[in-house]
Amino acid sequence: MKIGVIKELLGAEIICGEENLQREVYSACGSDMMSDVLAYVKDQAVLLTGLVNSQVVRTAEMMDMICIVFVRSKRPSEEMIELARECGMVMMASDKRMYEACGILYSNGLSENGRKQNG
Amino acid sequence: MDEYLNFHFDVDGANFVSAGQASVKVKKNLRDMGLDPEVIRRVSIAMYEGEINMVIHARGGTADVNVYEDHIDIILEDHGPGIKDIALAMREGYSTASDSVRALGFGAGMGLPNMKRYTDEMNVESVVGVGTKITMRVNIR
Repeated sequence: MKIGVIKELLGAEIICGEENLQREVYSACGSDMMSDVLAYVKDQAVLLTGLVNSQVVRTAEMMDMICIVFVRSKRPSEEMIELARECGMVMMASDKRMYEACGILYSNGLSENGRKQNG
Repeated sequence: MDEYLNFHFDVDGANFVSAGQASVKVKKNLRDMGLDPEVIRRVSIAMYEGEINMVIHARGGTADVNVYEDHIDIILEDHGPGIKDIALAMREGYSTASDSVRALGFGAGMGLPNMKRYTDEMNVESVVGVGTKITMRVNIR
């Protein structure tokens, strides 16, 4: 799925990284616990979170993620945006809640592990 | 002693916002050296967890990353409160972090287990009231 499609599906506003909307991603995860992201995530390119602090960007960077979606209309600080820009990451904000945002992406083919879902 | 390249960092314990800066630099340096992306990923995640731990629990410390031809050593040292029961601290889900730390997205009791998971060898030495030294090794295959 192209990052630009995620933006459309979630009715999200792009905060930075507009130039990377054509990049393909194959999996995603949703969490407010960065500890869990660091523990369980592998090859997941998109992070959906309601947490807003600079460690969200650093965690995503450590995990080689290329896109952060802030749910529940959360807005990152200027400092976070700057960090994301430095590593070429896309940041967007959606007014959807976590459950709904994950559900929309999942049902449109973006799974947890990059494999196709059943049914 | 084999030749190695050292990256040394002082980790500021007073600033949660800047925590992880050393890991970001290490990741960049290792990438510039052209190392295997999986090795880079494992080293930087293990170090990042260590850095966060040092800021949360120990008011900062030092981090050294030594790059040898066939492995990378990460040495984290702090003068924090020390770990009373290392075996317990290594258990997934066990954490002494405060609610304020959890609100920041950490303190799920995954730090030390994660560091072990992403490295080939890990040794924790700790004395209560004196500090903690964690040595980790990632082999370059």
